[in-house]
Amino acid sequence: MSTVVLLLFTGLGLGALYFLVAAGLSLIYGLMGVLNFAHGAFLTLGAFTGWEIARRTGSDNWWTFLLSLLVGAAAGAAFAAFTEFVLIRRLYQRHIEQVLITVGLSLAAVALFDGIWGTDPVFIQGPAWFKETTEILGARVPNDRFVCIIAAVLVLLAMVFFLKNTRYGMIIRAGVENRSMVTALGIDVRKAFTLVFTIGGAAAGLGGVLASHYFGYVSPMLGGSLLIFAFIVTVIGGLGSLTGAAIAAVAVAVLQQFANFYLGGTGDFVVVLALALVLLFRPSGLLGRTS
Amino acid sequence: MTTDTDAAGTAGNASATGTDTKDTARGPADTRGTETAGRPTPPGRSRPTRRTIAGAAAGLAGMVLLVLLPLLNLSLPGVLPGPTYTPGSLQLLAMCMLMAAAALTYHLLLGVAGLLSFGHALYFGAGVYGLAIILQNLDIPLLPAMGLTLLVVIVLAHVVGSISLRVSGIPFAMVTLAFAQAGSVIVGRNPDGTTGGDEGLTLRTDNLPDFLVGVVNTRNLYWLALAVLVAVFIVVTWVQSSRAGHVAAAVRENELRVRVLGLQPYLVKLLIFVVSAILVSIIGMVFLLLQSGAVPRAMSADLTITLLVMVVLGGVGSRWGAVIGGVFYTILDQRLTTLANSDAIDALPDILRVPLSEPLFILGTLFILVVLFLPGGLTGTAQRLAQRRNRRVRGTGDDSTGMDRTATSREILEESA
Repeated sequence: MSTVVLLLFTGLGLGALYFLVAAGLSLIYGLMGVLNFAHGAFLTLGAFTGWEIARRTGSDNWWTFLLSLLVGAAAGAAFAAFTEFVLIRRLYQRHIEQVLITVGLSLAAVALFDGIWGTDPVFIQGPAWFKETTEILGARVPNDRFVCIIAAVLVLLAMVFFLKNTRYGMIIRAGVENRSMVTALGIDVRKAFTLVFTIGGAAAGLGGVLASHYFGYVSPMLGGSLLIFAFIVTVIGGLGSLTGAAIAAVAVAVLQQFANFYLGGTGDFVVVLALALVLLFRPSGLLGRTS
Repeated sequence: MTTDTDAAGTAGNASATGTDTKDTARGPADTRGTETAGRPTPPGRSRPTRRTIAGAAAGLAGMVLLVLLPLLNLSLPGVLPGPTYTPGSLQLLAMCMLMAAAALTYHLLLGVAGLLSFGHALYFGAGVYGLAIILQNLDIPLLPAMGLTLLVVIVLAHVVGSISLRVSGIPFAMVTLAFAQAGSVIVGRNPDGTTGGDEGLTLRTDNLPDFLVGVVNTRNLYWLALAVLVAVFIVVTWVQSSRAGHVAAAVRENELRVRVLGLQPYLVKLLIFVVSAILVSIIGMVFLLLQSGAVPRAMSADLTITLLVMVVLGGVGSRWGAVIGGVFYTILDQRLTTLANSDAIDALPDILRVPLSEPLFILGTLFILVVLFLPGGLTGTAQRLAQRRNRRVRGTGDDSTGMDRTATSREILEESA
């Protein structure tokens, strides 16, 4: 029983990270049709800036941790806004070129991170509480899992609130549904594009800082490895659906943890299998619109 | 998709004007006869006789030069590490050939069928690792081992292709990426010590013919790589000009229309997918012989992205573009790595040294610039420059207005798509 609970919480923590990456990806794809390969770079940048903050202000401290979360999210958001404004904006409606741009950007960015921070993983320390465990139903769950889960839930709630109750949120939702109609109503959708990119980048940057605590290290490859699972999560959840991304993130991560433990480290393989099954029986994803 | 380039341009023309379909689909020899009908002359084919002969002669001379290269003592300082007969240079040249051939197979996916796959490395890696594992564990000669590997790849390509082609466009890209990632993970996990994990596998040479083993025989491997490139080029040309190739190009332009005509896009796309996978796995096998070992990079998403970059650099939709892109990228990558380790870079201040010592940073930036400012890649730009020169020579006649008209109608098409 205690193993199951431990796996469940580890899976939830990982799912929280997947969600933070996938949420931005899914929204960006839903609104703009851009598959953003540079999203992993946003995350890595967030993780590295968070680590720099922690290193310079003394790592064993809650305020530092909160500050690194904020700065990491801000760095991710700034990078994302820059990407949208300078590179993607020139190529509206040319989806393949947009994908190519983000591919090139992720190559260049990861190489630059390699150059600045080195290719080896940098180990990271958080507040001492992170290393302790809390006992739930006999399982000793490391505390950093809870931080990830809480942060992801807060981000989800904030995003849902933003999308449901603010003017720009409504424009974004309307844009996902039918962009040409929104344009026809005289609303400048391009602002919404930049906004979605910024929000996605902020979530990814936040995810980067959390991921560095979850895994205990930062490396330039961090974003790339999470990004692939985030892609799987967005496809399974249904492209453009935030709730779908949340559900799929948790499902994928928990499945992965259980398969890793009970089926001899086959977690990644089982996830790809799940993707194949979803595509065979429901090509538009769990909560995707059937087209 | 860029429509300025060779094949894409032809297809764009055809769908834009509607009536040209029959002529443009055929080769240059046929177009010559119908040129007088007031149709805009295809640029670059204005004086076909003299040009084609000169082109064929240049091609033949180039081919002879490439074949004789290992026997010559040519130095290209800045491009090759040494004279052309040295193993180091031959190794690099052979790598260029293989990468150009691999880029050609990717061109078959992206340029012909319009399939943006991020999982092409899976089949390359399957060729590399399949052959390496079979040679390691079974006592059979090279050719049967290659046949066995090919069989595995054919099955794999059918399974993965039939699943991932259920979605198209961007989701297809994600799904192929996921499958390739699964392959990459399996290689990294090293089940029962078969793949060697991060270390990779060293090629077991017991059952290989002698002329393919050892540094002394690099020139044989070079000739093998050259033969592979030529063979792949011929096969790709053949597939592209076959009925299936035409249907695939039509699917790329307008899938619905193909379906309305009663053809099956799914099967044609699967065919192209499998052919391209088979070709790239063969290239992978030769890559294994050349590198005398299998490395995890052969199956990583990075490799697919490299192929994509090559094709886009050269120009999407153009076969020569893929070849040029492959050669250009491989040499540039090698040169930049040498440059990164040189003293000149080390002496620079940090802000210049860090980016310049990362070859991938320069290549990635170059790639972004090409996508932004040179649609059509290197070949597309060369074509456009040639066109501009032609127009200036002949003045503004029917030609330019005709071309402008096609350009406008293409733009309209793109906007409506």
